[in-house]
Amino acid sequence: MTILLFGVTKDIVGSPTLSVPTTSVTGKKIPKTVKELKRFLGEAYPELNKLSSLAVAVNNAYADDEQKINSYDEIALIPPVSGG
Amino acid sequence: MDRYTRQTSLSDFGQAGQQKLFEAKVLVVGLGGLGLPALQYLNAMGVGTLGLIDQDIVDYHNLQRQILYTEKDVGKSKLNTAHNKLQSQNSETNFILHDTFLTKNNALEIIRQYDLVLDATDNFPARYLINDACVILNKPFVYGALHGFEGHVSVFNYQGGPTYRCLYAEMPTAEEIPNCDENGVLGVIPGIIGNLQALEVIKVVTGIGNMLSGKLLVFDGLHQNYLKIAFKTHPENLAIKELRESYESSDCSIINSISAQEFSQKRLNKSQIVLDVRTPKEFEHNHLAEAINVPLQELDLPLNLIESKAPIYVICQSGKRSELAIEQLQKAHPELTFCNILGGMNQLSILTQ
Repeated sequence: MTILLFGVTKDIVGSPTLSVPTTSVTGKKIPKTVKELKRFLGEAYPELNKLSSLAVAVNNAYADDEQKINSYDEIALIPPVSGG
Repeated sequence: MDRYTRQTSLSDFGQAGQQKLFEAKVLVVGLGGLGLPALQYLNAMGVGTLGLIDQDIVDYHNLQRQILYTEKDVGKSKLNTAHNKLQSQNSETNFILHDTFLTKNNALEIIRQYDLVLDATDNFPARYLINDACVILNKPFVYGALHGFEGHVSVFNYQGGPTYRCLYAEMPTAEEIPNCDENGVLGVIPGIIGNLQALEVIKVVTGIGNMLSGKLLVFDGLHQNYLKIAFKTHPENLAIKELRESYESSDCSIINSISAQEFSQKRLNKSQIVLDVRTPKEFEHNHLAEAINVPLQELDLPLNLIESKAPIYVICQSGKRSELAIEQLQKAHPELTFCNILGGMNQLSILTQ
């Protein structure tokens, strides 16, 4: 699945998108919920764990931690931004 | 000839829409990259009462995005400069000037006088303060914010709709999200976001179209992508009854600080140790005679300062980076005393004018 990155998450990852494997070729557990996705991304990019309020959008709607995700979903990480 | 004929001739807007604009009272918080373009259009279109609030001064590095200001305005108050120009743009507008920053102590009193607020600030404490004050007073507010090539727009607290806290419940710390000062913003982006905010204000006032209530618009300028994210109201966020004790991020509250005025006085009596954490380029442009330049990015204290044990006053342009610097310095040197100069060089230069 492809994840769109915004704000500081784009800066942390260094790219506007990120691919998460959906088959277990890597031997890692595949994220099935928003919570698992956050944990998965936090392991790959520990700086992401510092973000205390990070909005995750699934198919253009704000998703809570328990929401299930699959490879067809459009996912975006939208951290708060403060500039003006 | 009616000056508003080009918009009153729109059937969805009409004379009725114009009359609603004329009767509207809109507060624009912040006279910077977002606030100015929004104000120029709201003023041109005939919003009857416009409130302006800011205590900053025009700086050279503002000119790249705050296009109402000219080179001649550098060093002058944003409030007076913007007011003069907007007044000549539309002499029929009633302007209310608030020569202050929005604070916990004045927010309710000021916002109470208006129908809605346009949040054109540049920091989280101000955004959460505006949110909570608007919820308490039951006023909608049009939010806009930037990061690099991106921008956010939404309409919060509109007719029971979601608020800023429904999207981001608690304020991020200064450490996790950088502010505009060190992060940078492409000049045209605030123009786009500020204008989108002005459009939402017009829609809230006149009731035309669909507002961005319950929707966060995320604009990505590099790819011309507009993403609209739907989000819901959390009823507990509408139940706010009073402002919080503090709107500073929690890890800043332990930092010693001194007002620019007090510091000026201290400095006259006796020379102080001053650490300037701005970039070498900013330092070259202007600095206090006794200041030592140690940029935030390469924060390393000179040995003689560590050994002197005297209090170290830390300064930057606006007082934000110096706050971050003290957090880092205090961890590295718990035995030393650091003090943040509030409002930084901006505030000092107002005092010496």
